[in-house]
Amino acid sequence: MPLVTPLNAVHRAAGARMVDFGGFDMPLHYGSQIEEHHAVRRDAGMFDVSHMRVLDLEGGGARAFLRYALANDVAKLTTPGKALYSCLLDENGGVLDDLIVYWRGADAFRIVVNAGTAQKDIAWLRGLLARAPQHAAALAVRDDLAMLAVQGPQARAKVWAALPETAQATAALKPFNGLEVATRRCELFVARTGYTGEDGFELLLPAPCAQEVWHALQAAGVRPCGLGARDTLRLEAGMNLYGQDMDETVTPLESGLAWTVDLSTEREFVGREALVAQPPTRQLTGLVLIDAGGVLRAHQWVDCGHAHGEITSGTFSPTLGRSIALARVPASLRPGNEVRVTVRDRSLAARVVKPPFVRNGKSLLA
Amino acid sequence: MNTPQDLRYTESHEWVRRDADGTVTIGITDHAQAALGDLVYVELPEVGKKLAARDAAAVVESVKAASDVYAPLAGEVTAVNEALSNAPEQVNADPYGAWLFKLRPADAGAVDQLLDAAGYVAAVGTE
Repeated sequence: MPLVTPLNAVHRAAGARMVDFGGFDMPLHYGSQIEEHHAVRRDAGMFDVSHMRVLDLEGGGARAFLRYALANDVAKLTTPGKALYSCLLDENGGVLDDLIVYWRGADAFRIVVNAGTAQKDIAWLRGLLARAPQHAAALAVRDDLAMLAVQGPQARAKVWAALPETAQATAALKPFNGLEVATRRCELFVARTGYTGEDGFELLLPAPCAQEVWHALQAAGVRPCGLGARDTLRLEAGMNLYGQDMDETVTPLESGLAWTVDLSTEREFVGREALVAQPPTRQLTGLVLIDAGGVLRAHQWVDCGHAHGEITSGTFSPTLGRSIALARVPASLRPGNEVRVTVRDRSLAARVVKPPFVRNGKSLLA
Repeated sequence: MNTPQDLRYTESHEWVRRDADGTVTIGITDHAQAALGDLVYVELPEVGKKLAARDAAAVVESVKAASDVYAPLAGEVTAVNEALSNAPEQVNADPYGAWLFKLRPADAGAVDQLLDAAGYVAAVGTE
């Protein structure tokens, strides 16, 4: 039996095409994936992301523990509510997961991890905590919370219309920050984060409140969107999908995430030694298909002249009207270089570009 | 699922319409377009190409996946729907209007061997 989110019945009643994702029965689309994609780029769309797992870490040693456990440095979280994107690494520098951590003030942190990796992450973090008793902190799994991502240029305004109590509280909320708001419906954690390259909010709320908030947002003109649109949006935004663009077999330095690995201090963290010992020979970069003749897809072979690479995520970009991809290729390749990709039985030309491809509704391609 | 009574079908989700001039017109079913999702690319065969039954004849790609379209019967390609190259979404909007290609069947009786609408609905039901 697949797992379900508190909104499963709502998706099914809306006629969504359902798909298994990370062990959850999730909506792929509600009719047209491309129209849902455009709704987020041009107006506002919402995603049920309740399959993602929320972990609360609290205790006097929580900050020191996270500085040890994460590749990015939570010492950067100097104002309550601030969020940080980081990889969770193993001792070899392999990526166990990518996550967002929020500082909620004092000794409290909130971590949002991927669905398919949640059990592995929890076991890993508990193992690290047991081995570092000097960092006193308790990890609580928040199965009681649902999560909605409301994204698009009109997303914030529509959240404010649907949930008026949030308007004043979050009007000045800066990107990559979150805060708690009490509404007449329920307590909400509102964060100005997302996975689409657009402005918007992610809402964490008690599961029993999820359907009511979903319907209120829909009444305010927010379009329900499935995981299909979420994938094309995140790929246009140049964001990695865990399990597809990276996993334990690669490091963040080989995954376009060097900017998230904080080596600026002498801080000891899991995976640091391995990362520093071995300069990366591969990189994750963007490709844009030049030739007509198909669509770039994961696992296609990339011929780079002297060496080869492989596409990790590929799709047709609804915003750009052409095919784009993320590919793991030799570290020597540079933006502007041309490569050949084997699409079915053909060799098609593609150009190396630095992601993202789209940000705030606009193409970033030259 | 829309399954017109006057067409013939295959288990691989092609539909076949008999034309007055003895050729047949081929497309993909409503069920197939819905399963694929929004189409973004269509590759059509060359006119004049000779196909055996069940040969891969065309390719349709959606945002999600690429899928072969098979020749429902043996024959020679007499026409392709070029308009789809720039507007593959027509297949989603009107699967029985937006045809892919036409064949002159090697055996005029072969069409009768294909599934009728009830047979196709039954085949889809057991997937």
